Amino acid sequence: MNALRRNVLKGATGVGAVAVAVAAGLITPARVLAATPRSAFEAKGMADAMKALGLAAPADSKDITIKAPDIAENGAVVPVEVTSSIAGTSGITILAEKNNTPLVADFGFSGGAQGFISTRIKMANTSLVRAVVTAGGKTYTAAKEVKVTIGGCGG
Amino acid sequence: MAEPMKIRATLQGDVADVKVLMNHPMETGLRKDAKTGQKVPAHHINTVTAKVNGATVLEGSMAGGVSKNPYLGFKVKGAKSGDTVEVSWEDNKGDKRTDTTKIA
Repeated sequence: MNALRRNVLKGATGVGAVAVAVAAGLITPARVLAATPRSAFEAKGMADAMKALGLAAPADSKDITIKAPDIAENGAVVPVEVTSSIAGTSGITILAEKNNTPLVADFGFSGGAQGFISTRIKMANTSLVRAVVTAGGKTYTAAKEVKVTIGGCGG
Repeated sequence: MAEPMKIRATLQGDVADVKVLMNHPMETGLRKDAKTGQKVPAHHINTVTAKVNGATVLEGSMAGGVSKNPYLGFKVKGAKSGDTVEVSWEDNKGDKRTDTTKIA
């Protein structure tokens, strides 16, 4: 989720070292994730937001369920529920693709927390709501279109 | 001053279903005041942390893209009845709030 973690993953010893560090409790996934760069929340456009998050080319996955209305009358309050049945899910990121700043929220799990998050987001326009799931150092994604009648981002 | 959160934690099997309702305006900084035409300054929660019996289970980052008075639902496996759930947030102005409840 952040530069440090990406670098650690890319490092010579790679995933194994991270797994050991996690197992030893040195770094919990969520602890690392908590340092989501604030700049990612200001990134405009999906490409920039994904880049700022360090989430490169996630694979499409059918194991991610996004529960959101097909049509949201009020874009200011769109209930979104993301469930990941991918084993070892450590993070869920929610993005609204056509918002001024697509990144909405980013969650990291540790302890007994399951790959589930439920919240309410603002959407400026009809667009895809995308969930990016991090599990075992890999990223997966799924999206669902939500039609918005009245945008909810002000401006 | 930040207003208290509403937290409800119920046990379903060995999974605690936690629901949190925070009181926060969540201004994006893009919205204009209808009367003055001036932009309303950004005021939103930046980080949210949830702990069960002192151990962190959820850490989240958010910004103005989350609706006003944010709702958050998550599930924690292995929790027991009577365990303490603590949720705290901090906003972009440095305001903080922490509330706790027991799993029913």
